[in-house]
Amino acid sequence: MDIVWFLVLSAFIFCIGAAGVIVRRDPLVILLCLELMLNGGNLALISFSRMHGSEAGQVFALIVMVIAACEVVIGLGIIVAMYRNRLRIDVDEMSELRG
Amino acid sequence: MWFEQVLFFIVAAGALAGALGVVMLRNPFYCVLALVVHLVALAALFLLLQAAFLAAAQVVVYAGAVMVLYIFVVAYIGGQDEALRPDDSLISSFGPLFAAAIGVELCFALIGTGLETLDTRGADVGPGFGSPGEIGSLLLRRFLVPFEAASYLLLVAAVGAVVLARKRRGIEEAPPAPQPEPPPTETLEVRV
Repeated sequence: MDIVWFLVLSAFIFCIGAAGVIVRRDPLVILLCLELMLNGGNLALISFSRMHGSEAGQVFALIVMVIAACEVVIGLGIIVAMYRNRLRIDVDEMSELRG
Repeated sequence: MWFEQVLFFIVAAGALAGALGVVMLRNPFYCVLALVVHLVALAALFLLLQAAFLAAAQVVVYAGAVMVLYIFVVAYIGGQDEALRPDDSLISSFGPLFAAAIGVELCFALIGTGLETLDTRGADVGPGFGSPGEIGSLLLRRFLVPFEAASYLLLVAAVGAVVLARKRRGIEEAPPAPQPEPPPTETLEVRV
């Protein structure tokens, strides 16, 4: 299977995620779209690792997965805190970070 | 090998459909389920690229643990449908255009980089490529410092999430039950 197909697929996944980050209003869904973007990057890393026959790219992808997990945990914590403070869960309405 | 190509196109269609589902479905709960489909399809793609350990990690960590976290939060905050923007909003017309521009640019960049391996299947790798043993020895030898840094990052993120989501200043406390008035007693007033 040609590696270029994987690269084009990763580009598509990345830009679908980018469109979602821009268009959606629910911060929870924006986090999901960020996951899409990170996964597009991961797929490109693993494709290049296969292309050059080096496993370093796979380790990079593993670290990216760790970063994504951290980002999810913090983001969901912020969303739960917003919900507890009776704020509307909508990025258009949020303009300040003061707790 | 035709079997590999058929599998690639089926799985790629699944991954794209999952990604589009995340962006287009309005109920956050369905978005999370679409992302699970996307992640499982991506794990199959990783297997096609001989990254067996990462495929397993993708299914266990992402489609398992992280998505369960999402489902819990969606269930906690209610998960009602997202309100639509007004049709003449600048963002809803600008966003897809911007994404299409990014897509075209990325395709040029990635295909330009991958052109040297066009019509090849990548470097010749042994059967052990991407196995847990090889990834583990890389993580503990060549990439030891990033590995340790990632573990500290996870710890900091976990503590940060607990601090962020804890109950604060009694917002959720029920109003105190009305206490019966204590009988008036003589109180000593202290003025400072």
